Amino acid sequence: MKELKLMKGNEALAEAAIRAGCDAYFGYPITPQSEVLEYLSREANARTGMVVLQAESEIASINMVYGAAGTGKKIMTSSSSPGMSLMQEGISYIACAELPCLLVNVNRGGPGLGTIQPGQGDYFQSVKGGGHGDYKLIVLAPATVQEMSDFVKEGFELAFKYRNPVLILTDGALGQMMEKVELFPQQERKFEELDWAITGKPESRPKNAITSLHLKAEKMEEINIHLQKKYREIEKNEIRYEAIDCDDADYIITAYGLVARICTKAAQLARKKGIKVGVLRPISLFPFPYDVINKYADKVTSILDVEMNAGQMVEDVRLAVNGKVPVEFYGRMGGVVPDPEEILKVLEEKLVGVAV
Amino acid sequence: MNERALIDDEHYEHTLRAEHTEIIDRENIVYEKPGTLIDIDMHYCPGCGHGVVHRLIAEVIDEMEIQSEVIGVAPVGCSVLAYNYLNIDMSEAAHGRASAAATGIKRVMPEKYVFSYQGDGDLAAIGTGETIHTCNRGENILFLFINNGIYGMTGGQMAPTTLEGMKSTTSPFGRDVATMGAPLKITELIAQLPGTYYVTRQSVHTANNVRKAKKAIRKGFEYQKLNKGTCFIEIVSNCPSNWKMTPIESNHWLNDNMLPFYPLGDIKVPKNGGK
Repeated sequence: MKELKLMKGNEALAEAAIRAGCDAYFGYPITPQSEVLEYLSREANARTGMVVLQAESEIASINMVYGAAGTGKKIMTSSSSPGMSLMQEGISYIACAELPCLLVNVNRGGPGLGTIQPGQGDYFQSVKGGGHGDYKLIVLAPATVQEMSDFVKEGFELAFKYRNPVLILTDGALGQMMEKVELFPQQERKFEELDWAITGKPESRPKNAITSLHLKAEKMEEINIHLQKKYREIEKNEIRYEAIDCDDADYIITAYGLVARICTKAAQLARKKGIKVGVLRPISLFPFPYDVINKYADKVTSILDVEMNAGQMVEDVRLAVNGKVPVEFYGRMGGVVPDPEEILKVLEEKLVGVAV
Repeated sequence: MNERALIDDEHYEHTLRAEHTEIIDRENIVYEKPGTLIDIDMHYCPGCGHGVVHRLIAEVIDEMEIQSEVIGVAPVGCSVLAYNYLNIDMSEAAHGRASAAATGIKRVMPEKYVFSYQGDGDLAAIGTGETIHTCNRGENILFLFINNGIYGMTGGQMAPTTLEGMKSTTSPFGRDVATMGAPLKITELIAQLPGTYYVTRQSVHTANNVRKAKKAIRKGFEYQKLNKGTCFIEIVSNCPSNWKMTPIESNHWLNDNMLPFYPLGDIKVPKNGGK
């Protein structure tokens, strides 16, 4: 029987962490994601024995994740934009040491202390490598509370498949809003000894070291080549997107996360007026669906990219389109959420009006 | 006891000569490399205390027969490559974050012995927050804190523990307390926290002190099984290269200058002797 519940996005995500058999969560309070830490503090340990620890800072929590993930267990943290900025050094270490773990950014409006309202200004930080050096996270962008739950399970699977940190990039609205969610069944917390992990060196194997330090340039380049090869493999296998009414569309709106849902409503309003609009929603922001967007560019007159920032993903959309058709941008910043009517208006002015 | 008298120059020469001889009857061996210490050249400068402390850790692990139960963390600093020398599972850590990483490991593997091995810049400057909060939570880990009053790996800059008036590349006229602050006695500071169970300050600049330090390290590991809180061992050490002294001079200098400010001995001990 289906287990349906009305839940906040942050709580659905926390519940999913327990059900996915997560071994430990290390976090620090920050609005609008504190419900994750609160929910887990209340629920997790008694139900599965999962460790939940409130760290003294986001810097400490990401380094607790680094330490614990080195044992090969299922480890996660979550934060919101300013907290994610503090974590970037640790994330770079985790990516280089190839530690599987799950990170969550409930994005709020910035820059600076910004606002606690939803934002998408952390796209570049998330997909282009927010810390130092050449590395990539696998980035999943949910658009519903259901996906806030589902992507936790999927995120852990991808993290262990590729020995790579996975980031769920969501926003303050999705974190706070309540929707119906179908919960997946409780998975058993089980520990599998992984050959690279630090678990105490038995006689049967050589010692393991978790490190991102390679003083010789040639060795460090070797590590980089290995990482890049892995990222190409991820690009080949793990692209996720949703194409809504794109096949007969004259115009396509590209948007991710919550904004894609708002744009879907805008597209419906447009169709009522006889304008054929589809919505292309990248779900994996890395790997980005360049080829998919490139193919649609052959079929449409122009593309509108909508984001809650000054124009970040639009750079990847333009790379994908490669000049085939015009790509316009519309963004709201600082925590303002656009509504369907204003997007329709922009669509009519910037795309349809020009085409006529 | 006059500690200076114990630093015997002839002893060093004797050690060097011993490398060219061979022991025929194994049963006569009274001293050899511990099994947990990997037999390769260390990158440490001649006379540096790190090598001695590494050896003591290895000896204690061997004697307690816990090689398969130990996980170590060594962050940025001279000892960041400790995993090349100790034949145990280890993790490097970001600068200052060793005790956070060690907390993460210990929390998901509470049955293991977990230690962090940190220098003064790491533990008492950039990582002060992690140090205090790890101790305050009473994490059941062992801190090994090597205090040589200077940033060694980056080439001799002023550390939080650099003595007043002591010259470094960033305090070229000597540490001026008025503008640079006083040297930080972080060991005394964390001893105030209820989370710490055993806090002691040791050194490895004489044979006698090496023996005492080893006893402390053994206690630090043994107490971990009691789950009663954090064990914290400061080891006042030298840095011949950046102090710009010979190893022997540096040990004399340590004895005459570091120890009066950082006195050796236990600072906090279990009430019932750790039973």
